[in-house]
Amino acid sequence: MTASLLSFYIFSAVILLSSLMVISSRNPVHSVLFLILAFFNAAGLFVILHAEFLAMILIIVYVGAVAVLFLFVVMMLDFRTGLEKSNILQYMPIGLFVGVVFISELIIVLINTKLELKNIQILTNPLSNFDNLTNTEAIGSILYTDYILYFQVSGIILLVAMIGSIVLTLRDREGVKRQSIVQQLERSSQIELKEVKSREGVDI
Amino acid sequence: MIELNQFLILSALLFTIGVIGIFLNRKNVIIILMSIELILLSVNINFIAFSYFLNDLTGQIFSLFVLTVAAAEAAIGLAILVIYNRNAGNIEIEKISALKG
Repeated sequence: MTASLLSFYIFSAVILLSSLMVISSRNPVHSVLFLILAFFNAAGLFVILHAEFLAMILIIVYVGAVAVLFLFVVMMLDFRTGLEKSNILQYMPIGLFVGVVFISELIIVLINTKLELKNIQILTNPLSNFDNLTNTEAIGSILYTDYILYFQVSGIILLVAMIGSIVLTLRDREGVKRQSIVQQLERSSQIELKEVKSREGVDI
Repeated sequence: MIELNQFLILSALLFTIGVIGIFLNRKNVIIILMSIELILLSVNINFIAFSYFLNDLTGQIFSLFVLTVAAAEAAIGLAILVIYNRNAGNIEIEKISALKG
């Protein structure tokens, strides 16, 4: 058993167990932490598959941003505990039914099809073109040339998501004291300067 | 050596766990959002496994875009969750029935 096979089994076992814990944990904070564990191990799988750039992006973007965002929201909102007994009994049959149907379909397809990867000739960016480049350089060399349109579109999607979530959560609260610059500037006509002599003071 | 089918079975299992999570959790919207993240992760594993075994870089590029869209979707979903909780006071799915559907 080679090292990569062993680490594949370890990573995938941890991914599956922690994703089971994500959906079954009573405390949402634990769910988020198990989600982070699953992402870390998926990053390990990506390293096995020689996709180092995406592994690091997965850790930075998912663990560093998305999972922490989840954690913030979970801690900000007041949640009741997750699954309750009656709920499990109520929804377990349909959930298990859908799950069994899904997994059996997928396994049947996987067993019955023999993928002859060598016969597939529709490669658009074969890795042999990037033999002397690192993974990051190879991705950059086609992401910014062949896929520049999609890259820009994904930037627009992120911009729209940013503006959308800001607009959704922005609100005007009553009774908040703020600086009103227009009002301040308009006051200049109502202000007079007084010369105050020393030791005499001035009446207000 | 690792074969492609092992990765495909792993991602099929992960996908199924995500789908079951959506069906099982009728209490907590945030767990459903996390299940969607799991589903997208399984899709990403598929893409990268195919990218490696086909010797084609395009799968990794597509996986990058899937990551982008997933991040945007999580941000919007959580924002909707926050304002719904502010307006309605809870986010239990069984009580979200404003549309009477």
